[in-house]
Amino acid sequence: MKKIQEILEERVLILDGAMGTMLQRYKFTEADFRGERFKDWKHPLQGNNDLLSLTQPQAIAEVHRKYFEAGADIVETNTFSGTTIAMADYHMQELVYELNYESARIAKEVAKEFTEKEPQKPRFIAGSIGPTNKTASMSPDVNDPGFRAISFDELRLAYKEQVEALLDGGCDLLLVETIFDTLNAKAALFAIEEVKEERAIEVPIMVSGTITDASGRTLSGQTAEAFLISISHIPILSVGFNCALGASQLVPHLEVLSARTEAAVSAHPNAGLPNAFGEYDETPEQMASQIKEYLEKGLVNIVGGCCGTTPEHIRAITDLAKQYDPRSFALNS
Amino acid sequence: MNKIREQHSTDGKERLLKLSGLEPLIVTPESNFINVGERTNVAGSKKFLRLIKEEKFEEALEVARHQVEGGAQIIDINMDDGLIDGKEAMVRFLNLIVAEPDIARVPIMIDSSKWDIIEAGLQVVQGKCVVNSISLKEGEAAFIEQAKLIKRYGAAVIVMAFDEVGQADNYERRLEISKRSYDILVNQVNFAPEDIIFDLNIFPVATGMDEHKRNAIDFIEATRWVRQNLPHCSVSGGVSNVSFSFRGNNPVREAMHSVFLYHAIKAGMNIGIVNPTMLEVYDDIPKDLLERVEDVILNRREDATERLLDFAETVVGKAKENKVDLSWREESLQDRITRALVKGIDQYIEIDTEEARQSVDKPIEVIEGHLMTGMNVVGDLFGSGKMFLPQVVKSARVMKKAVAYLLPYIEEEKKKNPKSQDAKGAGKILMATVKGDVHDIGKNIVSVVLACNNYEIVDLGVMVPPEKIINVAKEERVDIIGLSGLITPSLDEMVFLAKEMERQNFKVPLMIGGATTSKAHTAVKIDTQYSNAVVHVNDASRAVTVVGDLLKKESAGSYVREIKLDYESFRNKFLKRSKQKEYLSIQAARENKFQIDWNNFKPTAPSTLGVQTIEEQDLQKLLPFIDWTPFFRSWDLHGKYPAILKDEVVGKQASELFKDAQKMLSTVIKEKQLKAKAVFGLFSANTINEDDIEIDHGKFVFRSLRQQLKKKAGVPNFALSDFIAPKTSERQDYMGCFCVTTGFGTAELAAAYEAELDDYSSIMIKALADRLAEAFAEYLHKEVRTKHWAYVADENLSNDQLIDEVYKGIRPAPGYPACPDHLEKKTIWELLQVEEKIGVQLTESLAMWPAASVSGYYFAHPEARYFGLGKIQLDQVSDFAKRKGISEKEAAKWLAPNIVD
Repeated sequence: MKKIQEILEERVLILDGAMGTMLQRYKFTEADFRGERFKDWKHPLQGNNDLLSLTQPQAIAEVHRKYFEAGADIVETNTFSGTTIAMADYHMQELVYELNYESARIAKEVAKEFTEKEPQKPRFIAGSIGPTNKTASMSPDVNDPGFRAISFDELRLAYKEQVEALLDGGCDLLLVETIFDTLNAKAALFAIEEVKEERAIEVPIMVSGTITDASGRTLSGQTAEAFLISISHIPILSVGFNCALGASQLVPHLEVLSARTEAAVSAHPNAGLPNAFGEYDETPEQMASQIKEYLEKGLVNIVGGCCGTTPEHIRAITDLAKQYDPRSFALNS
Repeated sequence: MNKIREQHSTDGKERLLKLSGLEPLIVTPESNFINVGERTNVAGSKKFLRLIKEEKFEEALEVARHQVEGGAQIIDINMDDGLIDGKEAMVRFLNLIVAEPDIARVPIMIDSSKWDIIEAGLQVVQGKCVVNSISLKEGEAAFIEQAKLIKRYGAAVIVMAFDEVGQADNYERRLEISKRSYDILVNQVNFAPEDIIFDLNIFPVATGMDEHKRNAIDFIEATRWVRQNLPHCSVSGGVSNVSFSFRGNNPVREAMHSVFLYHAIKAGMNIGIVNPTMLEVYDDIPKDLLERVEDVILNRREDATERLLDFAETVVGKAKENKVDLSWREESLQDRITRALVKGIDQYIEIDTEEARQSVDKPIEVIEGHLMTGMNVVGDLFGSGKMFLPQVVKSARVMKKAVAYLLPYIEEEKKKNPKSQDAKGAGKILMATVKGDVHDIGKNIVSVVLACNNYEIVDLGVMVPPEKIINVAKEERVDIIGLSGLITPSLDEMVFLAKEMERQNFKVPLMIGGATTSKAHTAVKIDTQYSNAVVHVNDASRAVTVVGDLLKKESAGSYVREIKLDYESFRNKFLKRSKQKEYLSIQAARENKFQIDWNNFKPTAPSTLGVQTIEEQDLQKLLPFIDWTPFFRSWDLHGKYPAILKDEVVGKQASELFKDAQKMLSTVIKEKQLKAKAVFGLFSANTINEDDIEIDHGKFVFRSLRQQLKKKAGVPNFALSDFIAPKTSERQDYMGCFCVTTGFGTAELAAAYEAELDDYSSIMIKALADRLAEAFAEYLHKEVRTKHWAYVADENLSNDQLIDEVYKGIRPAPGYPACPDHLEKKTIWELLQVEEKIGVQLTESLAMWPAASVSGYYFAHPEARYFGLGKIQLDQVSDFAKRKGISEKEAAKWLAPNIVD
């Protein structure tokens, strides 16, 4: 099988779209979330999407399959909240290893299916590492700006557990994503480096930040370039942005990354900005027409979707991306 | 300060030290010295130590904020003190700093001798910090372990020249330890070499001990060695140590710091901890002190220390504020006022004016007496070349303050005694920049200088419509009208105004000035329209004499006749000369176009096609690109920078002006008073129909103009379109265009200064904004050449080379010699959506607003060159009109200055 680094030189790779948006279509009830195994769990579980990898594994596999069918080269594991920190909301810290391991295994199996069918287009799975629901460099208490709800070491240990399980489950890549606080991401990267050293392995890392609004900065206040400098100390496969903004709003920030990094550049924007009902209603055609600007300007190597995107969006992006060369870049790994 | 030229790695890839707070800090070879703030260090600041001990963290934050506002580009934080819990204090203070965006925008230097404090700091800062410091003191194992962790936390590191044996205290030891540390870091830890900063130990000199004599020079030489032999790393140090033996004698310490820095920076020291208030300007160090300090720092003579010690006793005790010689305050009132005006000192002018007011019957007498006496001295000195324009403008500032102080008394006097006469000035002069034009630096300078000579100025500002000029001239019954303009359409406005004045039977003289105006144009086009005097005046010092002659009752009549005759003979000679030139038809000129062998040229495709916007350009980055020579010219100081600073005649003034400019510039940058924006685009392009350039396969078309003057055999008739591959060559070629501005904010700042009666600063800010705009254009052109279009892979040109335009490709601007028609600006505006994207507007005369803006084209072909269009014939005008789809009359109006008479 070709290495992903080689394929990146040949064409624009496609990342999948939203998992949550797809799962909503199943209209799972509290009982569906619990399944047989957790029917007596003391806390409500509806909304714990990561748990569905254990209780509704066929649905997770089906979503992955749909994205591969739509043309995705890489799908993300269903592990956005797979840390002890995020799982504390459901009192499921103990299950973190299993959740990550199972999610990776399910995705890997579907990927294998497709790679066997089309060996010329190998499919990859990226272990999704979300930001957790706590921030290491901002205070949740406006009256005490020096207070922190989480420490670097707590984050590092939580991420380390997630990373180990994702790799054991068969992830080809790790994706540290939706970074709104760079310090959280640095803890995740620190943990990954530790695991890499302990296991004496290399694993390609994708890093994806989030520009929260029109200010053009991350939630923790960094500009795109400051963010890039802050995460460039370890070798990465790609750096990019996802979530919060639609495709066209991301352009100026991707331009900064594209001009300043030697790594690949990725983008998985939302399907536009949410409408008055909080829904993302940009059509696949509308989104693709904006992604076209990335491709025409040669800004990206990897492109996909975040909130509100569906296999139809990914198909439209796939068809479009075929017509363009990828951004040229110097591989450093 | 001198720039450091870092060597570039052999693979051509730039390896720069990049740090970040909320914003990036990239240390480039062009960066000046990076100054690290040192007040948030308990070891260095007693105040900060006290605040931390008393847990007054809010106040401690103010110390940090003050440093960043004061220009620190990195802040050093140190909590190493026996009486505080360093780890807890470090974490708490950093957490608070991170919550303050105006502090946290700069990178942080985590400073401690204890590893656990450093690591605790690294765990709470999101940006890329600098660790200060690690060393081989405890052996290789600990050094490697710490370096590995620093790398994993994503920080740069300061490495002290310290090993198991001890601290490096001579040249060889500094080399030995830095080389060993570097090799371990780069080869074993895989540490990025650009993230290594060496602290080579700055130790005191002039201690009286022989072994300390070489402390400074060894540091400097070791710095040079490190920068040359250990690729990509930086060198830093704490400067105040060097002068330790002169504690208590600040003048000497300040001189020592700047001399040390001057030489260390030249050797390659690019980062340092310096207290800016403990620094003298190198050029301002008295020669005798300088010599002795340099002897000590560079260890130039055996008795250097003794000589400096002896000399220091004469310097000691002169505290800083006493450096200003105040003995003139003892002199008579008139002498004090005169001196204040001549020297431009406004500190005491109100006190002196009040004293003068009490000594006379009517307040107006102070103006007519004391102040005018002083201003006459200014005028004489200026007239005889002993004072220079910037000084005169400062004098005007003092004069204005004095007059403003007197005004309420004069008003009161009028109420009491309504029949008393108004101050009778020497005359009233109307000044205006004509309709459609926005440039007013020259006009303002002339206004100020005339005001200094007791003329009353009615300044109507910029973009003044002719009817307003006419009406105000009548209402105010002015004695002279002065018109100014910088762009070519303004010439027509002036002609129009002259005609209108003639029609309305005006008798007052007309003065013409501004960059595009000339004696030729005035003589040929304006003088013929107006039967009274028309005088072309292009510098402020001549304006005073001209106005004086025009208004001198006894001789004005004969002077006007002389002028009229002079202009007539000038006109005749000029017209005769222009008739001798021969021109080609446009057809023939096209046949003689500049030939490029397109078959053997492959145009480089830009890496990014389409339009790009720079919303906020960091002004700091533009500084190295500033061409200062025109700045001095705008103040009537002629000479090439930097030689002008040492010029025998104007050197002193030029240096003073330059110092004021630097000061204002640093405030502008620090407080982000000006906003720099740019929009540019690179497009596919081909030449069609000989002289037109089709953009983006016909979406837009640029029309170029071709030289028609008959040339010697073998010399072509150029048009810009010659530099783009013709469509028939079937080569896809490219061109670009751009607009940059640094003008947003200028008008507000200038108005604020004017409100404070400070014309000097008001003119200065405009002149600086203009320089920044040009620098921005130069900077962006470089970015385009090397990055966005990237048709030159690696160019390494000095600023002088940039100014001399030795680079490949050109950036001609509409309105300038190669393409004097301003009309094409409209196409640029549409193509780039300039106004929508960055807000720069075009006036009716197609001047750019704000004025500090530059727009133009990019041509990449190595043979593309700047040329002057010269005069063209009517056949090209009518062809141009057809191509552009406008009437011949309109085309002729815009191209008028270039059409053969």
